[in-house]
Amino acid sequence: MNLDLRLDTSGDFYARKFQPTKREDTLILNMGPQHPSTHGVLRIILEIDGEYILRAEPVLGYIHRMHEKMAEVMSYPQYLPNPARTDYLHGLAWNWAHVAAVERLMGLEVPERAEYIRVITCELNRITSHLLWWGAYLLDLGAFTPIMYAFDDRERIQDILQRITGSRLTYCYYRFGGVSNDIDDRFIEETRKQCSRMKPRFKMFKDLVTDNFILRKRVEEIGEIPADTCRKYGATGPVLRGSGVPYDVRRAEPYSVYDRFDFNIPSYDTCDAMGRYLVRMDEMQESIKIIEQALDTLPEGDYIMPKAPKKPKPPAGDVYFALEGARGKIGFHLVSDGDKSPYRLKLRAPGFSNLSLFSEVSEGVLIADAVSILGSLDLVIPEIDR
Amino acid sequence: MIEAIPTQFIIIFVGLLAVMAFVGLNAIVLVYLERKVAGFIHRRPGPYEVGPPCFPHGILQPFADGLKLVGKQLFTPRGADSILFWLAPMISIAPAIVCFIVIPFGPHLQIVNTNVGLVLILAFTGINVLALCLAGWASQNKYGLIGAARDISQGVAYEIPLLLVVLSVVFMTGTFNLFDIADGQGAWPWQWYIFYQPLAFVIFFICALAETNRNPFDLPEAESELTAGFHTEYSGMGFACFFLAEYAYMVVASCIIAILFLGGFQGPVLPGVWWFLAKVYVLLLIMIWIRWTFPRVRFDQLLNICWKWLIPLAVLNLLITLAVIAI
Repeated sequence: MNLDLRLDTSGDFYARKFQPTKREDTLILNMGPQHPSTHGVLRIILEIDGEYILRAEPVLGYIHRMHEKMAEVMSYPQYLPNPARTDYLHGLAWNWAHVAAVERLMGLEVPERAEYIRVITCELNRITSHLLWWGAYLLDLGAFTPIMYAFDDRERIQDILQRITGSRLTYCYYRFGGVSNDIDDRFIEETRKQCSRMKPRFKMFKDLVTDNFILRKRVEEIGEIPADTCRKYGATGPVLRGSGVPYDVRRAEPYSVYDRFDFNIPSYDTCDAMGRYLVRMDEMQESIKIIEQALDTLPEGDYIMPKAPKKPKPPAGDVYFALEGARGKIGFHLVSDGDKSPYRLKLRAPGFSNLSLFSEVSEGVLIADAVSILGSLDLVIPEIDR
Repeated sequence: MIEAIPTQFIIIFVGLLAVMAFVGLNAIVLVYLERKVAGFIHRRPGPYEVGPPCFPHGILQPFADGLKLVGKQLFTPRGADSILFWLAPMISIAPAIVCFIVIPFGPHLQIVNTNVGLVLILAFTGINVLALCLAGWASQNKYGLIGAARDISQGVAYEIPLLLVVLSVVFMTGTFNLFDIADGQGAWPWQWYIFYQPLAFVIFFICALAETNRNPFDLPEAESELTAGFHTEYSGMGFACFFLAEYAYMVVASCIIAILFLGGFQGPVLPGVWWFLAKVYVLLLIMIWIRWTFPRVRFDQLLNICWKWLIPLAVLNLLITLAVIAI
């Protein structure tokens, strides 16, 4: 038994269990968990022949924090800050999924104003998430400047959200039966200003980046994911819509007040990284459309149900609530035994399903293309590991 | 005793010292310039805080960077070939310095005027490929190995169109002497060779970007794919040497472009040295501008650009040049 771990080169459990192809002269390469383009602590074991990938196997769990188990030992209000920490880029959607699941189980009414506030803030958060993805994806492709332009807008939106929600990234804004804080005139004014500021920016992004010759060569016809593959792995969100299936939870099973707004579900049937790229770029503009409509028709009234219980005790039973996050369908399956904490909480993370198809798609591509495909899936590792 | 040493050696020795100072100074200026230009393109101030208020705009930043690199531990990874591992940075930086000896900075400012100046520079810059290959090979790192393999195929492929377009200019002037090439052009822009050889200029510039591993052709060190490529395992001055060499080769490439296509030290009114430096720095600024604007190309695309476009075009350019000369 070799006790000196520094001399142990046999690799860990995953490296030893990795099943390479039968080919000779191949190299096993560990990409991650510390690698600039895996966006966190994702690890991918690659078997490469030259620069071509023969087999890729994602290894998960480096940032597993037992969010599902934590729900079982915490009371419902104690768990409120947790969901936003799974997917820190679209925290409000997770926050929303949690409170909405509990509300549906308890049959709790939410005031109309609160629903509108939720829509506005959640869509603002979706824009920040897509902006960060845009910048980081181009960083993967070797362009350094776009992330600075993306952060320009992202910081402004975060400033707006910070005043209302009290945080910039891991929000804990929604409560059972409403939201914790009412929005004021300044919020509405700033949001309108930001929306009108961003519209010409999208044209600039298109001229500067999307139409760039080198970029198009790097994303077009790269990482083609047929719709069947998406169905096989349960991929949702922009990945599915980039494969030509216009499935969006906001339209397919409308929750909250989304059925009152007029917006498109962008989808591209090119199935490649460019399709997913364009879906996200279009979605930001659709989000702005939703926000402006919601601000125009914002009703007066309570921002939280006056009789909403501070410490809810839902009746025994189970409930499933799904909504559309920036990365796809977020699902909360809540099983309650009538106690002050859930009996079991299952989180459906869209990133997990989206990552699952990477292994199949990346077979036979170049390392640089694998980076491009990985980026186009828009992975947030804490959400995958939970 | 001093008479026993040939004057030529003394000149070369003093010249080498001067060149080293020039390379170091240039690196300092370029580091600052690169970060400030990046900041300008990113719409942020760039380095701003280093030093007391009497040094505004963070102009001490390159010195702080240098100090940090000098102060770092020199770390040899386990299993690395330590001799080759530490030899590689030196092999990388040394030829870059030698290249400056034959460059005519001004009508009277050239250390050695030799008939084969251009050949000497092309030969010495080729050694850099060997250095990067050694670095990647010796550091016992898979990313380093892939980076080294990329560098070899990139360096070798791009040497061909580079030499072909250099040949076009050489056939036009009939000399490899850098001073004569610069001297043969007039003071005004329309007398420069860029007007006779525009295609050659474009090809040479693209090849210079690829040979110096600058974005969009910085594949040997593509950080999003290979973490840092061939210099993944280098710390402190080992890394600094590669860094310095990269900037030195950028300056060499700009000097060659300035001499071959932009009239070298030729220019109206001002003394030649200033014209030369101005041209070199404009080219360097364009290189920095390109780096912060474009995404990186993929490796097979990079080689396709070379084999399918640059080499045929360079051959065509050479043939046309020869035909015109023959007529």
